[in-house]
Amino acid sequence: MSLTESIPSPAPSPAKVTKKDLTADHPTWCPGCGDFAVLAAYYKLLERRQLPHENIVTLAGIGCSSRFPYFVNTHGGHFIHGRAVPLASGVSLSRPDLHVFLFGGDGDAFSIGGNHLEHGARKNINLTYVIMDNFVYGLTKKQTSPTSPLGFKSKTDPTGAIDQPVNPIKKLLTAGATFIARTHATQINHMIQMMERALDHDGFSVIECLSECVEFYPGAFDAGNPRKGGEFKLIDEKKWDGTPEDEQRHDITDELAAYALAGQPFPGLFGVFYESDRPTKNALEKKWSDSTRTKLGNPTDLELLQKTFDRMK
Amino acid sequence: MITSNELVEPATDSPPTVPSRAELTSRNIRDAVIRLAGNSQDGIQSAGALLAKLAGRSDQDVMTYMTIPSTISGGPSIFQVRMGTGDVLSAGDEADFLVAFYQHSYEDHIGFLKEGGVLLYDSDNVQPNLDDKRFVHVGIPITGLTVEALGGTAKDKGKNIFVLGLIAKIFDLDTVKLNSLLTEKFGGKDPSILNTATMAFQAGYAYPVGNILAHRYQFEHGHTEGQPIQVTTDGNTALAYGLIAGGVRYGAAYPITPWSTIMETLRSEFPKYGGLFVQCEDELAAVSMALGFSYAGNLAITGSAGPGISLKTEAIGWASMAEIPLIIVNVQRGGPSTGLPTNVEQSDLYQAIFGGHGDSPRVVLAPSTVEDCFYIAIEAARIARKYSTPVFILSDASLATRIQAFDEPDLKSLMVDPKPDLTPRGEGFRPYPLNGITHHAPPGTRMADGKYPVVTGLEHDEMGHPTGSPKLHIGMTAKRREKLRQLANEIPVPEVFGGDEGEALIVGWGSTYGPIHEAVKSARDRGESISSMHLRHLNPLPNGLEKIFARFKRIVVAEMNDEGLYGYGQLATILRARYCDPKIRSFTKTDGLTFRVKEILQGVLK
Repeated sequence: MSLTESIPSPAPSPAKVTKKDLTADHPTWCPGCGDFAVLAAYYKLLERRQLPHENIVTLAGIGCSSRFPYFVNTHGGHFIHGRAVPLASGVSLSRPDLHVFLFGGDGDAFSIGGNHLEHGARKNINLTYVIMDNFVYGLTKKQTSPTSPLGFKSKTDPTGAIDQPVNPIKKLLTAGATFIARTHATQINHMIQMMERALDHDGFSVIECLSECVEFYPGAFDAGNPRKGGEFKLIDEKKWDGTPEDEQRHDITDELAAYALAGQPFPGLFGVFYESDRPTKNALEKKWSDSTRTKLGNPTDLELLQKTFDRMK
Repeated sequence: MITSNELVEPATDSPPTVPSRAELTSRNIRDAVIRLAGNSQDGIQSAGALLAKLAGRSDQDVMTYMTIPSTISGGPSIFQVRMGTGDVLSAGDEADFLVAFYQHSYEDHIGFLKEGGVLLYDSDNVQPNLDDKRFVHVGIPITGLTVEALGGTAKDKGKNIFVLGLIAKIFDLDTVKLNSLLTEKFGGKDPSILNTATMAFQAGYAYPVGNILAHRYQFEHGHTEGQPIQVTTDGNTALAYGLIAGGVRYGAAYPITPWSTIMETLRSEFPKYGGLFVQCEDELAAVSMALGFSYAGNLAITGSAGPGISLKTEAIGWASMAEIPLIIVNVQRGGPSTGLPTNVEQSDLYQAIFGGHGDSPRVVLAPSTVEDCFYIAIEAARIARKYSTPVFILSDASLATRIQAFDEPDLKSLMVDPKPDLTPRGEGFRPYPLNGITHHAPPGTRMADGKYPVVTGLEHDEMGHPTGSPKLHIGMTAKRREKLRQLANEIPVPEVFGGDEGEALIVGWGSTYGPIHEAVKSARDRGESISSMHLRHLNPLPNGLEKIFARFKRIVVAEMNDEGLYGYGQLATILRARYCDPKIRSFTKTDGLTFRVKEILQGVLK
């Protein structure tokens, strides 16, 4: 029997998991921070989907948004800066019974952890990653972030940012992420919708969520918020209904079309840019392990190791 | 080793072509050191490894030593095999028998041939100084004869196996066993490969070497009936399978010499056991993914050499703070930086013990032999689980590729169950109890009181909530330190080899076990009052070492690293700091090569 199959699956949790069950420490975020809404959407998602409570894992790296696991009563981990994707990958790859959710900010995802994001995407690890993008370093009190727009004045760019910002959707597309969506923390229903679709996706699913830092970059995302006079412009997804207007809609399996949409000027579009059903590393590794074990006649661990030592004689 | 007067009768007075003796007369020997010197692409490693494996199968003791160039392809390389009856503890200071494939092989290695030793050279490529009467010169056109035997397009590929045939004849080796080893090694899908190998072997074996050499050598029978069966393997392989025996099924790493062969083995082996080893994009991802496996309840391994361990350091600090078990293997090489990537050094001891931010006590172990690579991996896994902490294994470049024969382990009694403990945790579960050892509830574990734990790198209270409380930081720092003190109480005090008291005690750690042991034996044979002690547990140290030190006039710590600013090597410095004992001296070297017995004797007796 393989190791992953041998994990005992306890009887389902007796009671319904409610928001009360999911609430832990009171968030330490500043009043008005966009992250509160993301947390609320996450509670809502978990309430709606009723996953076994003990099988939910909430992980994060370092940053304001990465305090997330303390505010959620699930198994959780608060890791080091930038390396949360490989940590979460280890959990996902060795425990198919778990639902792995990862939360973090733009510094974690696109700067110090940029390489890990790319390789998590390339390997197509089965997990859901919500990147709360606020275009600024908040925890360290206003330095330039990898998504800060050109000209943004910060303590490290007192005369305005001069480095080309990262385009998260383009980066994720070229890296090979298999589910890429964008949402806005003021649009709670859309946020929940995106989280649900990400959860249903088998593979590396990433949501970039614009989440305002009221302290160091107030009003950054007003242009995408109708209540502040902006426009929350949704991607018009193809419905495959054969109508002439469907021709004009976005095919989410079309990588090049998604890349073009990602180039729209700020505040850009919201919704699912791309989704593909490329096999996950989880599935491919399991397939290799299973077929190897079958070829060997499903030996016990002792039989297998003894055979190896017999060959050394 | 063969003493010089036992060796061949000088044959240099009769030209090699005169068939004065067609048959070799037999002579018994206890052990022999054979050095094959050529280029790395000549396959001398595989010929040497076959010899070592044969020795293991013939119940002889064996130890090998090799150097490989750090160039991408080719370059001078040696493979030394010492095989014989009784304990073979080091690969030998000098060779009894040198095989030189090229002129540079001859020039670089003739100094390692002992007086009266046999130089067997490829007369197609080597012109030795035949006037040097210290050695027996045996010239054989190895290249030409190999090409002749194999014909076709093989060129001189196969001359390693030709030489193996020669050696088999000279040392009267068991050809039945050797042939089956050849079949195991070369008997793949393409039958022509085995055919070629067999032809090359037979050509070498059939060469009338008796025309030049006086004797063939027969190893005395050592092991008797009823002795445990021997297995023969190298240090990196032994370590990899030790991890499997110790119940490790998951890991992640990035390739680097001389660590890579462990990850290559585990990448193929773990899936057979239902586990997984992942090659990551970098060292930081590798340690992080390994921590993900461990956090999920599957004790994991990551590894590297010194430079890669430096990159993993931040995450190892997290493992100390969050109290996540993890095994970190460092196969040490010459440093710092890219340093001497294919040479040996023991210069990462400080890094293993102190190389981190904050107060982050770690467990550090070091295997002494190839056999110990297997057992230390089991010990590392045991400690990591019991104390929920990162554990370093400090191996090195010489152990990585050294081949030794050792008693087959009793796997049935050693195998550890790898399953994560997901039994529901009762009311009041605290992930970080102040007065106890942390044992995490991995995700998937039902919590009876409905409170789910968060593991964290922030200082925390007993429930894992972040805190800046001075009282809690004091308490938690002490908690993380105390568990290592508890571990120290259960570590056995190492045995003293030699006499219980005396003039000098040599203290060693890691791969230097063999030469130190042999040095003590040889010194005691000469009446010197010298003993030795070898440390496997370097942090924490076992209790009671001071009582042992008290019985000797001098303590000499022998290690392969620099004497540092203040004149003491890395372990010597730690022991001096720990015991404040001015008797503790230091003997170090930094030539990137394993200790020779002679060097240790000189270093200790001076």
